[in-house]
Amino acid sequence: MLKYVLHRFMWAIITLWATITITFIIMHSIPGDPFAKEGTMPESVYENLQRHYNLDKPKIVQYFFYLKQVALLDFGPSLKSKTLTVNDYIEKGFPVSFHLGAQAMIIAVFFGLILGVIASLYRKRWPDYTSMIIAIIGISVPSFVLATLLINFLAVKWSFFPVATWKSWSHTVLPSIALAMMPLAYIARLMRTSMIEVLNQDYILTAKAKGLRKNAVIIKHAIRNALMPVVTILGILTANVVTGSFVIEHIFGIPGIGEMFVKGIMNRDYPVILGSTVFYSAILIFLIFIVDVVYTWIDPRIKVTGASK
Amino acid sequence: MGKLLEVKNLRIDFKTYGGEVHAVRGVNFEVKQGETIGIVGESGCGKSVTAKAIMKLLASPPARYKEGSITFNGKNLIEASEREMERIRGNEISMIFQDPMTSLNPTSKVGVQIMESVLKHNQISRKKAYNHALETLQLVGIPQPEKRMEQYPHEFSGGMRQRAMIAMALVCQPKLLIADEPTTALDVTIQAQILELMKDIQKQSETAIILITHDLGVVAEICDRVVVMYAGKVVESGTVLEIFQNPEHPYTKGLLKSVPRFDMDKSVPLSPIIGSPPDLFSPPKGCSFYPRCDYAMKICKDHDPEPEDVGNGQITACWLQHSMAKVMNTHTATNVGGGTKR
Amino acid sequence: MAGKIEVTEEMFIPAENNFQEADRISRPTISYWSDVWRRLRANKLAMTGLVLIILLCLMAIFGPYMNGFTYYEQDFTKKNLAPNAEHWFGTDASGRDLFTRAWYGARISLFIGLMAALIDFMLGVIYGGISAIRGGRTDNIMMRIAEVIYSIPYLLMVILIMVVLKPGIFPIIIAMTITGWIPMARLVRGQVLQLKENEYVQAAKVAGAKLSWTLRKHLIPNSMGPILVNVTLTIPTAIFAEATLSFLGLGIQPPQASWGSLTNDALGSILIGNFYQLAIPALLISLTMFAFNVLGDGLQDALDPKLRE
Ligand SMILES: Nc1ncnc2c1ncn2[C@@H]1O[C@H](COP(=O)(O)OP(=O)(O)O)[C@@H](O)[C@H]1O
Ligand code: SF4
Ligand SMILES: [Mg+2]
Repeated sequence: MLKYVLHRFMWAIITLWATITITFIIMHSIPGDPFAKEGTMPESVYENLQRHYNLDKPKIVQYFFYLKQVALLDFGPSLKSKTLTVNDYIEKGFPVSFHLGAQAMIIAVFFGLILGVIASLYRKRWPDYTSMIIAIIGISVPSFVLATLLINFLAVKWSFFPVATWKSWSHTVLPSIALAMMPLAYIARLMRTSMIEVLNQDYILTAKAKGLRKNAVIIKHAIRNALMPVVTILGILTANVVTGSFVIEHIFGIPGIGEMFVKGIMNRDYPVILGSTVFYSAILIFLIFIVDVVYTWIDPRIKVTGASK
Repeated sequence: MGKLLEVKNLRIDFKTYGGEVHAVRGVNFEVKQGETIGIVGESGCGKSVTAKAIMKLLASPPARYKEGSITFNGKNLIEASEREMERIRGNEISMIFQDPMTSLNPTSKVGVQIMESVLKHNQISRKKAYNHALETLQLVGIPQPEKRMEQYPHEFSGGMRQRAMIAMALVCQPKLLIADEPTTALDVTIQAQILELMKDIQKQSETAIILITHDLGVVAEICDRVVVMYAGKVVESGTVLEIFQNPEHPYTKGLLKSVPRFDMDKSVPLSPIIGSPPDLFSPPKGCSFYPRCDYAMKICKDHDPEPEDVGNGQITACWLQHSMAKVMNTHTATNVGGGTKR
Repeated sequence: MAGKIEVTEEMFIPAENNFQEADRISRPTISYWSDVWRRLRANKLAMTGLVLIILLCLMAIFGPYMNGFTYYEQDFTKKNLAPNAEHWFGTDASGRDLFTRAWYGARISLFIGLMAALIDFMLGVIYGGISAIRGGRTDNIMMRIAEVIYSIPYLLMVILIMVVLKPGIFPIIIAMTITGWIPMARLVRGQVLQLKENEYVQAAKVAGAKLSWTLRKHLIPNSMGPILVNVTLTIPTAIFAEATLSFLGLGIQPPQASWGSLTNDALGSILIGNFYQLAIPALLISLTMFAFNVLGDGLQDALDPKLRE
């Protein structure tokens, strides 16, 4: 088990390193110098930049300096702000983005599992069809469309919720729903398929043949096994929530890292883009690593054989 | 010995995408207390469906109990409520399945899976249930039962899993054990061991056994009586002795000729029954064995033979038993036992 | 049972030709693909998807010529019109005809989706094929590389590349396919490995058949199923990614249009009540996502009917 965890961790680090390197190469292949002094750039900002990125040194030296800075969690100054560094942005934005993302994931997992289980138990009857219509809508309607629909109706027309920004809990409802719909739909569909497959397994018949109640069979034997494939896609779904969050944060005007990233792109603030990409990647790779470990931990078949797959 | 189970004129259909499958079409047999009966027949002839029907384990839909009764200890199970069935399953009737690799829950400890049954049917503490499960594991010949209780199914070999399944089935001392091809999925040597175990159980306990198999050798070894099924019907039944020595139904004869037996002259070549069982979507109007029968007569095509007692409690459903057939076909009668028309 | 019947002696004469009926009972064997097609056709949802896709494609081809306007022509006297007899979908903030733009956008969105899927497919076949055919160390290294690239968040990479490239159709396709081919490569590799084990292929190799012949004769017919499903599902993913890029201002630039850019252009307008400007492209994106997803699911079911009884 420990060996497996270390093995996965090593690969997580390698992936992170590859991401940083690729990001660095992409950023430095921009035609012209992205860090060149622009007309409007204050002198002090430019000096910060030059110092931080060692712009006077060769590219390869810059690369190693950059690796070192990232390892020390230092993402450097912003192009557009005199005083705030990328780290300041992340520190301010992360709690907000984390709150939004976590809330969305909780909604997605909770309702997704419920819908999936219900659909599988009432197969080819109305609860199944209803759940799957919700799932199809969740997959078909892009989050930004859903977000604008929610704003248009629930906030502007009927005023159930505030239109935008991030102040009280009621401000978090619409963005969380908009962000949760897609992973919710995927979880519901996968859980349904997985449940149907598990319910057809022999061991379910064995459990029934023991005289267990239908509910006991479903809860103790079916759901636990059906959850396994769902756990494996949680990493990818979290990645989707994270990348979905910059669109949602931008639409709702939420001051998270996503919004900072979008603004960075629109302003061509390269240090911000670079910093947030690396930060996002680190978080995602870490999450996928966690999901992997959790999966190994809950599936007894993997524990003993060590690094299976 | 009293009657433990009586299945009467059982008919079961499945509603499917392509139409209705008439899987069981009037099955009759009974099991006395402590007796071992074998149900034999080619695959697809409705053995498993019959077994699951007794436990009321067929999901409905698609299954439908169309007709008949299943009387267990004087109670018609077809009319029993789900609650009553839950009390019977695993407690009075239990079942083991063909493939031990898939019939245990992979994410739950074997010990827990066995204890589950004990705890469901007895008002006892977990500690007592644990001890009871442990004893049963020992009983079915699993070494180091304490360690095994804590293991997951994937840590067991196929034979060990089937032993664990048997332990799970026996842990509440049921009156009837249904074993649906318990050895088919196992290696030959393991098969023999499991069979030995079944024999021990038979001797040591009062449990009646329904052993489903397509291996006549197994039947000869441990069964008291045999029920031969074909295309959803019982075509012949009787004691092991009668069925093996005086098979009357051409299908039974065919089955006996298609497997090697220790009591058979080695010079007689094995001959499998040619052809395949009929489509159960639209079973034939007449005798379902007609398209494969060496002795088929004109009447067999459109008229289904009724089961008849042919003496010594042997029951056969075949027109050859009709008095007129015996008169008309003195020539075929001499054929019985050897010749084929092909 | 028929009850007692009248029996006569001649009924007990041996039957003739009773064996022949046994032969007639055996059903005709249907070929694999026509069986798949039969199952697909029975799936109403999947067929709805297929019909929708055909309709959308037809409209993408002919729609832009249907009412005499062009996608770029501006008419500032007719800004923000609601749908009417002249402008069937109304006009946008620059007075451009939205019907023409919507179908012109369909052309670009579908083109991007198709091209991304096609290039992913080709790269995947090449990479996965080489990896599997070479086997051993090469396979190991190639798959490790693929795994690392796959762990880098897809949309994040696409965005980053688009920050560097000039916005346009081909840069978008490049950005999407730079990392998008990995799932296809894995799939192809798996299929080829399976085939290498296949006895026919082994026999062909022993008989000295050329690799290309073996691929054409065996790989293509047998492995097309899962690959087809993957291609079908790549198209909506690419269309969705393009929409997100447009949303970040990195997508198709005006006067050109894609569904994503039309949606994004309309975002501001919903607050002033021009909901239809958003509704139409949003609906078209959603319909497309829906159509490809249900078709992909249907294909999967048709190829692997286990789940459908
Ligand atoms: N759930 C089901 N749905 C439709 N048909 C079924 C189902 N279960 C069994 N059958 C059909 O019933 C017939 C008998 O099956 P079974 O009892 O499993 O045969 P066996 O004698 O080999 O155990 C087969 O033709 C099978 O196709
Ligand atoms: S009834 Fe006729 S066809 Fe059927 S088994 Fe007897 S002889 Fe053969
Ligand atoms: Mg069976």
